Amino acid sequence: MKSGSNLEKVLAAGHFSVTAECGPPRGADPDIVRKKAAFVKGNVDACNVTDNQTSVVRMSSLAGCLLIKEEGIEPLIQMVVRDRNRIALQSDLLGASAMGVRNLLCLSGDHQKFGDDPQAKNVFDIDSMQLIHMVKTMRDEGIFPSGDKIQGAPQFYIGCAVNPFADPFEIRVPRLKLKMEAGADFVQTQCIYNMEKFKKYLELAKQEGLPDKIKILAGVTPLKSAGMAKFMRRMVAGMDIPDEVVNRIAAEPKEKQAAKGIEMCIEQIQELKEMEGVAGVHVMAIEWEEKLEEIIGGAGLLPRPVMA
Amino acid sequence: MITGTPKPIEEILEMLEPYDNIIVAGCHGCVTVCRVGGEKEVQVLASTLRLAREAAGRTITIREVSLERQCDPEYIEQMRPYVGDYQAVLSIACGAGIQFLAEKFTTTPLLPGINTGFLGVTVRQGEWSERCQGCGDCVLHLTGGICPVTRCAKSLFHGPCGGSVQGICEVDKEVKCGWQLIIDRLKALGQMENYGKLKPYKGWNSSRDGGPRRIIREDMI
Repeated sequence: MKSGSNLEKVLAAGHFSVTAECGPPRGADPDIVRKKAAFVKGNVDACNVTDNQTSVVRMSSLAGCLLIKEEGIEPLIQMVVRDRNRIALQSDLLGASAMGVRNLLCLSGDHQKFGDDPQAKNVFDIDSMQLIHMVKTMRDEGIFPSGDKIQGAPQFYIGCAVNPFADPFEIRVPRLKLKMEAGADFVQTQCIYNMEKFKKYLELAKQEGLPDKIKILAGVTPLKSAGMAKFMRRMVAGMDIPDEVVNRIAAEPKEKQAAKGIEMCIEQIQELKEMEGVAGVHVMAIEWEEKLEEIIGGAGLLPRPVMA
Repeated sequence: MITGTPKPIEEILEMLEPYDNIIVAGCHGCVTVCRVGGEKEVQVLASTLRLAREAAGRTITIREVSLERQCDPEYIEQMRPYVGDYQAVLSIACGAGIQFLAEKFTTTPLLPGINTGFLGVTVRQGEWSERCQGCGDCVLHLTGGICPVTRCAKSLFHGPCGGSVQGICEVDKEVKCGWQLIIDRLKALGQMENYGKLKPYKGWNSSRDGGPRRIIREDMI
């Protein structure tokens, strides 16, 4: 075991893993996190806590992780390199590990232009690839990038993210390979709607032997409405939602679209579960955590395995 | 070249509020090429200021000067005999030039008439685009001659990020994805092996982050 995290154990035992995510609140109220945690608990192997996603200021990811951990959920801390230089990143890694956070997702972070402080200075001292490498070095060699010895190496199951739908497509699998070589143990993908393209991506990844070396957790986001699908398609760069997906949910009357979105998400998870090379699913029910049990249970993935 | 854009005339007039007798100083270097701070722009700016102040009922005396370069002491010294006769100098050179004047003429207030932009190229008449951030550690030989620090909005060393769509950066639909450009170029050069390597963390100490930088060429001193 590299980290001893529950997620690592579940995947190592060959189970199809389930992760979800909790977006921390735009404020200091811990009860908002606790309420979300109640919907997550028991339904996942670990829960991501996002790090100021879309560059909108929120409660820190580490604080969110500790709050859900108190509620009995295994946290997965997301860490972006947009806001912190290597000094702050190392420090937060040590802090998170000290507090018992064992899963980590290394990200670039959305550009600050999209947030509520577009005039902020960004950092990008190291990039997400180098963050992966830095954590692995700290964990496995017990040294800082400076070469100094660490008193108590941080223990993380190291994750990365990929967007199989961004361009250029041909670089997407080589980039995943590079992340694996840098030290990533698992990868969570961008929300998948275009299953055909994802299958192509997975095929190329298999040709490189990647599923044996890095656990691929397929990302899904249930659609609440046809409007949401259209909005995401228009506003989120690299979000590939084919017409047939939009049309399928749009064909329902408005009041039934949410139920249809959940049904479609469940079908999709079931399909992903059968795909060779997919080790788990990452369910991003954005501000819809209360539907997690229905989705995950509906896909036949409950109860979650209890690891020793 | 170093590029720049004129400051709004209202902002300049506000800066000039305390003064009635000034120098407007241009530069024959980069700012002449990008037409923001040369001899012609000095004339136009001085005329505009005179007219505006006249209209406001308070005339201003302006001496129009254009130095060969405001970033070289020998040219700056040409102003020394008369600079003390004026209350302030409004410079439309780049920030380096303006500061060097301030450094040399310690008792005269220096005012910026332009906002200094970036190290860039002339894409076409009237359009300039950034190419270099002067980070002090060039990697262009590994990236197909396209700078990831400058051309990628996140300065990634292993791009492109998930926001690259059809060659366009998520930050602005007018901005090409720097990493798409790099990959296209590496492919064209048959150098894709450069892509698949983990690059060492960049030493930003050779960049702005190390404080004001100096270059000392012993062979020239």
